[in-house]
Amino acid sequence: MLLSFHSHSSSPPKLHRSPELRFSALRRHSLVFSPLKQSHYRKFISTFSEKKKSTTLASVSNNGSPTMSFDYDLVIIGAGVGGHGAALHAVEKGLKTAIIEGDVIGGTCVNRGCVPSKALLAVSSRMRELQNEHHLKALGLQVSAASYDRQGVADHANNLASKIRNNLTNSMKALGVDILTGVGTILGPQKVKFGGVGLSDNVITAKDIIIATGSVPFVPKGIEVDGKTVITSDHALKLEFIPEWIAIVGSGYIGLEFSDVYTALGSEVTFIEALDQLMPGFDPEISKLAQRVLINPRKIDYHTGVFATKITPARNGHPVIIELTDAKSKELKDTLEVDAALIATGRAPFTKGLGLENISVATQRGFIPVDERMQVIDEKGNLVPHVYCIGDANGKLMLAHAASAQGISVVEQVSGKDHVLNHLSIPAACFTHPEISMVGLTEPQAKEKAEKEGFSISIAKTSFKANTKALAENEAEGLAKLIYRPDNGEILGVHIFGLHAADLIHEASNAIALGTRIQDIKLAVHAHPTLSEVLDELFKSAKLSDDVSSPARQPIAV
Amino acid sequence: MSNLLHTSFISTTKTPSLYRPTTVLPQPHFKKPTKIQAKIREIFMPALSSTMTEGKIVSWVKSEGDKLSKGESVVVVESDKADMDVETFYDGYLAAIMVDEGGVAAVGSAIGLLAETEDEIQMAKDKASSNVGSSSAAAASPPAPVEAVVSDSAPKAIESAPKAKSVTGSSVHPASEGGKRIVASPYAKKLAKELKVDLSSVVGSGPMGRIVAKDVEAAAATGAVIDKAKPNVSVKPDAGPKVELGSVVPFTAMQAAVSRNMVESLAVPTFRVGYTISTDALDALYKKIKSKGVTMTAMLAKATALALAAHPVVNSSCRDGKSFTYNSSINIAVAVAIDGGLITPVLPDADKVDIYTLSRKWKELVDKARAKQLQPHEYTTGTFTLSNLGMFGVDRFDAILPPGTGAIMAVGASQPTIVGTKDGRIGMKNQMQVNVTADHRVIYGADLASFLQTLAKIIEDPKDLTF
Repeated sequence: MLLSFHSHSSSPPKLHRSPELRFSALRRHSLVFSPLKQSHYRKFISTFSEKKKSTTLASVSNNGSPTMSFDYDLVIIGAGVGGHGAALHAVEKGLKTAIIEGDVIGGTCVNRGCVPSKALLAVSSRMRELQNEHHLKALGLQVSAASYDRQGVADHANNLASKIRNNLTNSMKALGVDILTGVGTILGPQKVKFGGVGLSDNVITAKDIIIATGSVPFVPKGIEVDGKTVITSDHALKLEFIPEWIAIVGSGYIGLEFSDVYTALGSEVTFIEALDQLMPGFDPEISKLAQRVLINPRKIDYHTGVFATKITPARNGHPVIIELTDAKSKELKDTLEVDAALIATGRAPFTKGLGLENISVATQRGFIPVDERMQVIDEKGNLVPHVYCIGDANGKLMLAHAASAQGISVVEQVSGKDHVLNHLSIPAACFTHPEISMVGLTEPQAKEKAEKEGFSISIAKTSFKANTKALAENEAEGLAKLIYRPDNGEILGVHIFGLHAADLIHEASNAIALGTRIQDIKLAVHAHPTLSEVLDELFKSAKLSDDVSSPARQPIAV
Repeated sequence: MSNLLHTSFISTTKTPSLYRPTTVLPQPHFKKPTKIQAKIREIFMPALSSTMTEGKIVSWVKSEGDKLSKGESVVVVESDKADMDVETFYDGYLAAIMVDEGGVAAVGSAIGLLAETEDEIQMAKDKASSNVGSSSAAAASPPAPVEAVVSDSAPKAIESAPKAKSVTGSSVHPASEGGKRIVASPYAKKLAKELKVDLSSVVGSGPMGRIVAKDVEAAAATGAVIDKAKPNVSVKPDAGPKVELGSVVPFTAMQAAVSRNMVESLAVPTFRVGYTISTDALDALYKKIKSKGVTMTAMLAKATALALAAHPVVNSSCRDGKSFTYNSSINIAVAVAIDGGLITPVLPDADKVDIYTLSRKWKELVDKARAKQLQPHEYTTGTFTLSNLGMFGVDRFDAILPPGTGAIMAVGASQPTIVGTKDGRIGMKNQMQVNVTADHRVIYGADLASFLQTLAKIIEDPKDLTF
């Protein structure tokens, strides 16, 4: 996804821990295999086996034919999860597609984000289980002292990243997407250059261009990152050392997930949060519960309402020194001396070298401005024809799967079908133990909307404590919360904290995306006993007005 | 969770809860707190569902002494179905918490006390402490006496803790800026709260001298527990008035003298020799004769004096750079920290005076030093100096040689140590490290080495001390 690797050279925008940046993060990587139709896929396989030595030919036969006078129908700059999703969908739509990548295929998510972090979290989950004697005893298990090999854990994360990277690369190659190596620069309308140090410059033309250059860790000013004792998620994922005491600046997704990993591996953690409470991006009730489960009983303490205004890496026998400044009074409040500091204050868009000036586009706080169809807006406020921007670089919703969804939406439009993505239906998850997931509005957001638009909202909640499967796992700590309109049954938001919350959220996100109402979904059947019954119960417990009616359905007897 | 009460869903029910269980159950309710005494009310474990027989205290939202107003969440209780916030029906003060976080109590049993006015808090507390015994049958984890918690969670710490060393004094490590600040790891802080250990009385052993979990456990085991901490009579450097940060304070006369002496010491070519000495026998003897008013300081001074008697060169000094001055008597000076300074009262003829007299003399000197009534001959006539920081848990350090003397000995804490014995076994011994700084113009390495060997023999077989 990144065009280059200068993660710290980009000047940080004036976005000191803005709320949307918290949505960055180590998110699930969603696409491994192509969304191709079976038949399409089989056709490719047969072509391939017939002409084993002629991959290029095989590719071309599947990669559409270029529109007259353009080298490609679609050129995507950046091969992260967003670019990859767009490329696969473009091939399905019959577009001749190329993708330009200046770094590694897979971008942040696969190489320095969601994917390797899931490997570390898988390890931390097991460590936690094996260390929890009380829990094991309750299950009747006996395990002698569990320990770990740091390098082994680090290798697991690295191996997973390269495996997913290969999957991604192969899936694009297999479909005949041309992978062009180098830094992509827009030269003008429908014209892109790619190349770089040690590479020859090539100029190609394309009917449409998608910018998908992603983001890099955001490091606020005053913080000196040395990559060893003061690190970002890029370094932390390599797990080169496990400090006895690490300060984590920022308690959003990235910070929380790393606190889970580090505490499971024996570190003690201090959170530094600029806002007045921890986990400010989540529904307040969820963050309160999460704090009770994920923070308080663990070896974690925290400072809220403070900025880490100065962080000096460990050197000359001194520890890492962190100066904390009160967020309101701006006075120096405290100094911490720790073994390491992880900067998890969010992510900054990466748009360096893109040649935006050639199409008269000015970034806003670093982000590329787009309309609701992801079409780029120039400095005069006009839409730039044939140029789109998806993913972290536009800052709408900094999640890997959101980028992919935006990419698919753009491909739908350029292949002639109008499409607008509903961002409120995009789920988000934090892979702590237990997990946190959400879709739609938080309670305060829903209240605000309700007040503005003049409707009332209701809340329903269910606990994992009453769920058979959760009890069988002896992991019954958890809560699911539904925010809805009692007058028409519309689902406004669902928040889950509990075992496998990240997998459970999709019933709710699909319902929102498809416009399914509570009165309909509450009649759907869930297998027993499963965790999904937590949501089943949640929908059933919603109290709707008497006059809410389901659309008439023809009963079908089978 | 009061914000929930604004939603239409919750406000129509009168659920005093955080999470409404969806299984349909009778309305959660409280047992009405009964009036048991003037205006002190009990807070009961509520029945949050029809199947609930006991509840676990997840967390106390309020702390003892907090003011409560009607409707505020006081405690979060976990039932068999869900966690719920329990609200108070009355205004007042949370006077006493009778079941701590994590504890379990039967439905209807008292978990805390609510006082109507601040004056009644103490009364309620007294009541709580007298009540705990009776109600603890229901409450699986009543506010346990600290000893019980400690012996439960840190039995090893007790064994390994230095004997007879009450760890008091400010945390002296580089990270704390001379004790102004306490640097403790997150878990150490949590443990300190749990074990009721005052962090300012704990010495850190972690990286950069920070306090880590095991320091807190050790401190809890040795009794540096807040309300049990005994004032240390001989040394209390943190008793001084608070200093104003950012100010420049001129030296007192005593501090100026210290400064002068310290600079002067730079002209002396010193070197250091260390030795590890087992103190099991000395500790045993100390136990035996402690009741007769013998102090450890006197015993160390006596042992040192006896060793010096056998090695007169270590008791010598170099006054002019050209000659040895062999002192006629062995006068042991002992460094004492006093308010705003440092002084070295002298035990004259420590090799000749018996241990009991020496102890009495020492007490007299310390009292005089505190009252600032020491006469010059009582602190300037030392021929050999002892400096002991063992009571702080310091295991080894390095002393600066006071001008005009030949040697000074730095004494560290005696700590239980695993040692290999000559017969190839592994054993546990209390060991302390001593480190002598000496003027190499008159005292050479071999001199110090044989002096230390003699000293070790005396301390390891201390029968001569009581003569």
